[in-house]
Amino acid sequence: MEASEITWTLLSLFFIGLAYFSAFAFVAGLLWKLAVYLRTPMPYPHSLTPGAKTEGQAILRVLGDVTIFPNLFKADKWLWAGAWVFHAALASVLFRHLRYFTYPVPGLVLYMEPVALFFGSLFGAAILFLFWRRLGLPRTLYISNIPDYFVLVLLGLVAATGLAVSYWLHVNIVDVKGFIVGLMTFHPVEIPRHPLFLLHLFFVLVLMLYFPFSKLLHVGGILFSPSRHEPFTVQGNGSRSPDFMKR
Amino acid sequence: MSKFDETPIIKDPAINGVLKPPKLREHASAEVRCYPSKPKDTAAIDLPTERVPDWQERAIAKFGELLEKNQALRVYMDICARCGACTDKCQFYLGTGDPQNFPVARAELLRKVYRRYFTPAGLFPDLGDAADLDEEMLQKWYTYFYQCSECRRCSVFCPYGIDTAEITIAAREIMASIGVSTKYVTEVVAKVYQTGNNLGIPPAAWKDNCEFLEEDVQAETGHPIRFPVDVQGADVLLVPPSADNFANTDTMIGYGKLFHYLGVNWTTSTYCNEGGNFGLFLNFANLKKVNARILQAARDLGVKTIIWGECGHAWRAGIMTPALNGPMDAFDPPYPYHISQYIVDMLHKGAFDGRIDKSANDDYLVTYHDPCNSARAGYLIEEPREIIRAVCNRFVEMPEGTIREKTFCCGAGNGLLTDEIMPIRMAGGKPRALAVKHTGANYLATVCAICKAQLPESMHYWDVPVKVGGVIDLLARALKL
Repeated sequence: MEASEITWTLLSLFFIGLAYFSAFAFVAGLLWKLAVYLRTPMPYPHSLTPGAKTEGQAILRVLGDVTIFPNLFKADKWLWAGAWVFHAALASVLFRHLRYFTYPVPGLVLYMEPVALFFGSLFGAAILFLFWRRLGLPRTLYISNIPDYFVLVLLGLVAATGLAVSYWLHVNIVDVKGFIVGLMTFHPVEIPRHPLFLLHLFFVLVLMLYFPFSKLLHVGGILFSPSRHEPFTVQGNGSRSPDFMKR
Repeated sequence: MSKFDETPIIKDPAINGVLKPPKLREHASAEVRCYPSKPKDTAAIDLPTERVPDWQERAIAKFGELLEKNQALRVYMDICARCGACTDKCQFYLGTGDPQNFPVARAELLRKVYRRYFTPAGLFPDLGDAADLDEEMLQKWYTYFYQCSECRRCSVFCPYGIDTAEITIAAREIMASIGVSTKYVTEVVAKVYQTGNNLGIPPAAWKDNCEFLEEDVQAETGHPIRFPVDVQGADVLLVPPSADNFANTDTMIGYGKLFHYLGVNWTTSTYCNEGGNFGLFLNFANLKKVNARILQAARDLGVKTIIWGECGHAWRAGIMTPALNGPMDAFDPPYPYHISQYIVDMLHKGAFDGRIDKSANDDYLVTYHDPCNSARAGYLIEEPREIIRAVCNRFVEMPEGTIREKTFCCGAGNGLLTDEIMPIRMAGGKPRALAVKHTGANYLATVCAICKAQLPESMHYWDVPVKVGGVIDLLARALKL
């Protein structure tokens, strides 16, 4: 066997191993963390008021938090815009990645084709904005540590390499899908021989591995934030009618 | 104090009564610290009298125990993204400029230790996210967790609802468990067990005060208004902050006039003449124990119901009574019941129809300061306003963003009302002072004894000429007996 063939084989083994390891760490780590949150009780009702008085209102509150970030809107309009665009673009990019995982590919994923570059670029732009914000404002600069920059750089590299292999140095999508489906069906095949794609994959796997040990736990963790998911009332929901009054 | 921004506040339409975030002044408030507790007080409240020798291990063990027992702490240790939304929300940062008073920076003091001992990030301390619980860190905890008034303003703006109060409460509990606490808070809790109230007023003096009040009010109004003490079988046990009997007597007179007018058979208790719960600022065991005294007093006197007076943290603890001390089924609903809610209920029943002379308060332009605890930990936002509107012609709100659930702490809440940290109290009181100045009001109404003690000092300091008083005080002035 040629030396380069050996290199590709070793690389394949490395990526296959890392993919399974990262996927396991991501899923198991996240589930374990969420299970810990779920089973940890509150010693007293969490009384941040005014707030949700019924379970229904609390569920709506959490749904709102997850989709439109109302508290952030109250706090800082620019940050809200940056964060919302970032998350929405990320969601649409992730959704479009279904075409590498599913057969047949859902119609909506195909339908999004013309706007994919727009969402991808928006994602990248939002990362740049959030990065600038950390460095550019004295208050956020003060609270930012290496892990904050690390996550943004990692996401930026994921976005840049992803955009590059989609719109510039094209990777063969059939190879990519073959590799991914191989992993998912536990019949792994050789990696696509496209260095930039492999970089993209590497950054994604590092992100997945890092996820359950990082501040990225706000995904999922927010569902267990007592000030958001717990309804609270002082005297129940009934009307007050004190009957000890004499006059 | 010179390290802080001492720019006088002015009534400037351009800034709209809302304080702008100041320049960062690192370590500006690092030297402002509460006096440490005294052994005689800590001994009286089941805490170590001095720092335990193996304090690090004990603190980490306590931390682990709290993580198992408190979902809020557990989740809030992990999910902060350090987005910075909270950084300009804390009155103690706005007043001091010390970035360690950013809610996120304060919480990171605990999170760094959490990551060091409870997560894999502890293996990489050099990345800046994990730190040993060493002497330096403990000193930072002691300084900055006693520069937080647990007021929860930051949590209103946090995208995940992270409640810094829960974090401060946990940090203070850990510190208390290893023998690190403040003189002010421990002294007050010890006084409650000894005398029944935070001010240390003995039963005889309480009764004397009440008799003096009766004579005064009789002379002033001509009505035999009573301030009953320890009346067996009364209908209502009033649990006021003890300061109402001592300093805020207009508020005490307000309760008396109200109950006299309504013909309610009420009483206070010398076993528990205090709603204010300093256990909340110290540890869970004392929170429960102090609050249990209210139920005990009510049972001993055989009252039908309990009414909480104008006290912020009394209400914050009070609304948790069923969770802390067991069901209140033995009492008449509604429970727990706040005096402001009671007055509003009576208003709705028409109990004051035609008997309120609003013009009696025409000399006041009234504005209302939402105490952090009643607004953000007790649903009391509309009631005090409804009462003020019913008894005053001239009411003005402070700027949006400084009231209701976004209210600023007075600057001395939850364990900070002590003179040795006066610079912090005045700096923390600055956003509120600016908002009051903006209204031009000459009466600052509020429903919290801590606020009533702090605000006159902070308003004077920032040169805002305003009288501070209770909401019920206004009702009492307008009520035609």
